[in-house]
This record gives sequence, structure tokens and C-alpha cells, in this order.
Amino acid sequence: MELETVIGLEVHAQLKTKSKIFCGCSTEFGRPPNSNTCPVCLGMPGVLPVLNRRVVEFAIKLALATDCTVNRRNIFARKNYFYPDLPKGYQISQFDLPIAEHGRLTIEPEGAPSRRIGITRIHMEEDAGKLIHDEREPQSYVDLNRTGVPLLEIVSEPDLRTPAEAAAYLRKLHAIVRYLDICDGNMQEGSFRCDANISLRPKGQQEFGTRTELKNMNSFRNVQKALEYEERRQRDLLLDGREVVQVTLLWDADKGVSQAMRSKEEAHDYRYFPDPDLVPVEISEAWLEEVRAGLPELPLARKTRFIEQLGLPDYDAEVLTSSRELADYFEQALAAYPAAKKLSNWIMTELMRVLKGDEGIDIAACPVSPPHLARLLTMVDEGMISGKIAKTVFEEMMNTGAAPDAVVKEKNLVQVSDEGELLTVVREIIAANPAQVEQFRGGKSKVMGFFVGQLMKQTKGKANPQLANELFSRELQGE
Amino acid sequence: MQIGTDKVAEMARLARLELENDEIKALTVELSGILEYVAKLQQLDTTGVEPVSHALAVVNAFREDEVAPSLSREEALANAPVATGEAFVVPKVF
Ligand SMILES: [Zn+2]
Repeated sequence: MELETVIGLEVHAQLKTKSKIFCGCSTEFGRPPNSNTCPVCLGMPGVLPVLNRRVVEFAIKLALATDCTVNRRNIFARKNYFYPDLPKGYQISQFDLPIAEHGRLTIEPEGAPSRRIGITRIHMEEDAGKLIHDEREPQSYVDLNRTGVPLLEIVSEPDLRTPAEAAAYLRKLHAIVRYLDICDGNMQEGSFRCDANISLRPKGQQEFGTRTELKNMNSFRNVQKALEYEERRQRDLLLDGREVVQVTLLWDADKGVSQAMRSKEEAHDYRYFPDPDLVPVEISEAWLEEVRAGLPELPLARKTRFIEQLGLPDYDAEVLTSSRELADYFEQALAAYPAAKKLSNWIMTELMRVLKGDEGIDIAACPVSPPHLARLLTMVDEGMISGKIAKTVFEEMMNTGAAPDAVVKEKNLVQVSDEGELLTVVREIIAANPAQVEQFRGGKSKVMGFFVGQLMKQTKGKANPQLANELFSRELQGE
Repeated sequence: MQIGTDKVAEMARLARLELENDEIKALTVELSGILEYVAKLQQLDTTGVEPVSHALAVVNAFREDEVAPSLSREEALANAPVATGEAFVVPKVF
């Protein structure tokens, strides 16, 4: 039996506002426990939540960037449940009239054709507090600093077919919220969180199989790994003629396994109803247009521009536009060094090799500034240093943040293009290696590599390679 | 509209209300009466009338994204039945 995997993702993106969604408390992360709270976010009786306008603006931005329909009139609802991290006994969220619906995101998984993934809905809601469990005592501590921090929940259609596609979708969505500058995207600190639903069904069948829900995956890699693990587990069960039980699973990244969560009783009877404290949100055409006009160039548009206007290959354009910071870095360097492909090669090999971490490239931490990188490449083009020396200089620039000219001068790395200077050494090498000279004259032109290599060794890589080739050819054939 | 004792017991459980059996019985009768009374509204013809979520005509009550002072931690924790100097304390949850 051939099985097909069906995955849907729910992402919670914490918004980069200064204050919370319904009160003026700061959203700053890492403050001492319970120091960012007030009667509104503590859920005291008689208080009135008032909506932060910027939250709506950020939600509209994301809605437009993902081709959603913006619901001109949308309302807040109470989602009722009891949990110690939820002081009011309900979460203010949106239910049957969310701010946006029916969007889509185009993903381009590596080595596979691009696909459009549907977005069911985007809604605004408040975050809950944080629980810290005591290791020794049978008690937990509640920190309500995060209570009321604005979130956007983005729900995808069950359109994803492989864990790799799920990871690609997540990366794309992450890039978009970063491009829009509405979320800092930090997965470790929980400002970009993902839950997944996954089920398997016989290929060709319309109905979905029984699904399980995965939580607690705090990196792109963990999302893919957890889904791969769950896909295997369900497949083994089904091929064995057994059934999948609907359950919520927590991913344990250290052990590489998922474990069933203790089921919360009546977890799905939230008794939503319109929140009487919050009046409806109405979005005018003018507001929509104002936000649309302020949208930055998004990843897909930028990628297309890199391909069409700069002549970059699809792969380069995809990598460079994967984060707004990296694309900005590239364009800043490009302003001083317009050979796009050469520049792209350097960024994608030398620069990214050094900066690559688990969650991709942290270009903000790069000690080499875009103008310095541009200058380094210009120095190669102008023959001041060889391409090989440039890598040494680059390494030093990464370590110290120094300008390339300063490094070249300090380390005495200027390329030797002086014919007289090189000729002496070339003659010495020819005299010292009669066997190789014999081979060369016998037609083995590959020996040229050996000669040039010797010269590079003696000049510590500073010889102008083109000139070296010329001198050897002349000297070896001339006799 | 009639509801049974099961439904009332279920709602009590969701609302974390501890009710005795005779209380559940009494509430079932009272709630059924209230629901019947409200059900009279169903007789109205609402064809073509937009559903109303709020009785006010007001929309878009916003605040600007500005930080206002929070409570001191002492004040925030003052009403807690149990607290350490920095956090609320609750029975262990998973
Ligand atoms: Zn507050």
C-alpha cells in the first residue's frame, strides 16, 4: 500500500511591538519575572482591554504579503479554558471572524518543483504566561510577563506532503515576517513557534487519516526531524494493520523521539463567544492601501529581480534572498562591486562557510562590512592580490574586522607582478628540477602546474599567477 | 428548549463549579426556564438581518503602541494566595 503524508502547520509569531496587545506593559524579553504586568494583563476584575493599533497594522502586512483576503470587519472572541498561565480564565483571540483568510505561500523545496501552500487563516491573539516547574517541590511558578504579548497565529491548509516541504514552508514564512520586520523570528526564545498536524492515508484516498499533533519543536531542523520521526511511526503502524491514535506529542530533541502528552480533559470545548470588551475592528480601504504602500520588497520579488536584473542563477538568488539581512548585505556590497555573480560566489562560499550556524546565517554578526568585501574583490580584479591570497586576507578580516588594504599592507601580501623579480626565481626553479624540465619538453604540459606551484611556494603565494605561467612558458621553450 | 442534568453537570465541570446533585437538579429546571424564555426570540423573522456581535455602534477603539508603567512586582503579587518574592506559586502542572 502506498501511503501519502498530509501535514498542516500552525505558527505563532510574536509581534515586535513595544507594548502588549491590550495594555501598555512592555513586551521586553528577559525582564525579571512578573515585572511587566498591570491590572489588565493580570486579569483583574473591572478592567478594560484596549487594542494596540500596531498589532492590526502588522496583521494586515502579513495578510497582504501572503495573498490573504483581509476581512474588513473582524472581531475578538474569548477562548475559555483554565490553566495557571492564563490569569483571566480565557484567552482573547479571534474565532469565526479572523482578520485574514484564504492566503497562500509559494515554497521552493531544494531539488523539487515549487508549490503553492494554502493559508487557511491569520488571526490576532494574546500570548499566555510562562510556567517554571520546581525540580524538588510539587509546585510550579508562574511568570506573567509574557501574558498579553501580541501574537499572530498563521494556520496552513493541510497542503504539505513531506517533512522537507513543511520545513521549506516554515523557512519561507519566517523570511517573510523578518522582511516585514513584524517579528524577530527567534525560535529559541519562542518568538516564532510551530505546531504541526500530521496524518497518513492511502495514496488517492480523499479522506484524511487519523492525525497526531506535534509540539515543542524550536528549530527548523527539529520540525523536520520530528515530522520524519512521526511519519515513520505512523507508517509502521499502518503497514502493520494497526491504527493511529489521535494524540498530542512532545518532541524531545535530545533523544530524537516524541512522547505523548498527558491529555488535557475536555481540551477542545473552548466555548468561544464574542468578547464584549472589545469593539469590532473595521479596516477601511484607505488604511489597507496605506499599509500596502509601505510594504517592503518581499523575498519572491527580490529573488526574481536578482535573477532578471542581475543575471544570477536561481540557486544563488534563492540563497541570497533567504533572509532580508543577507540580501541587504549583498546589495550593499554590490553598490561598490557590480560584478554580481563573482560577489555572490564569495558570499555563498567564503562568507557563509564561516558564518553558518544551526539556524542559518547570522549576517548581523559578520565582522567584514559590505564595503570591505567589495574592496577585497576589487583588489583581486586589479591584480593587487591573487584570488588565493584574497582568502587569507579575508580570514584576517573576519578575525579582526580590519580593512583589506590594511591587512595586505601589514602582512606584506601585495602580489608580485614585477617581471624581473619573478624571473630570477623562475630560472632557479628550472635549474633545480631537470627531470621535470625533461618531462615538459617531452610533451607533458601538465608539469606546468608543478612549476607554478613551486614559484607560489617560494613567494608565499604572492606571485601573479598569469605572469608566472607566461615566464615559465617562455623560459622552458626558449632554450 | 429543554436541557438535561448531564448538560448542566458538564457546564459546571467546565466552569470548575462543584455542585451537589440536588443543586444540579434545581439548576436544570431554572436554566430550562430561562432558555425557554429566551427561545421566544426565535419566533422573530430575521431574514436579511446581519448578525450582531456587539450592541454598541462603536468600532476601532485603539490605543497607540506606547509603553505605560507596569505595577511593581510587590503590587502584582499582592493578591496571590501563594507567592515567592518573584512569582505566583501554583500546584505542580504538566
Ligand atoms: Zn499589562
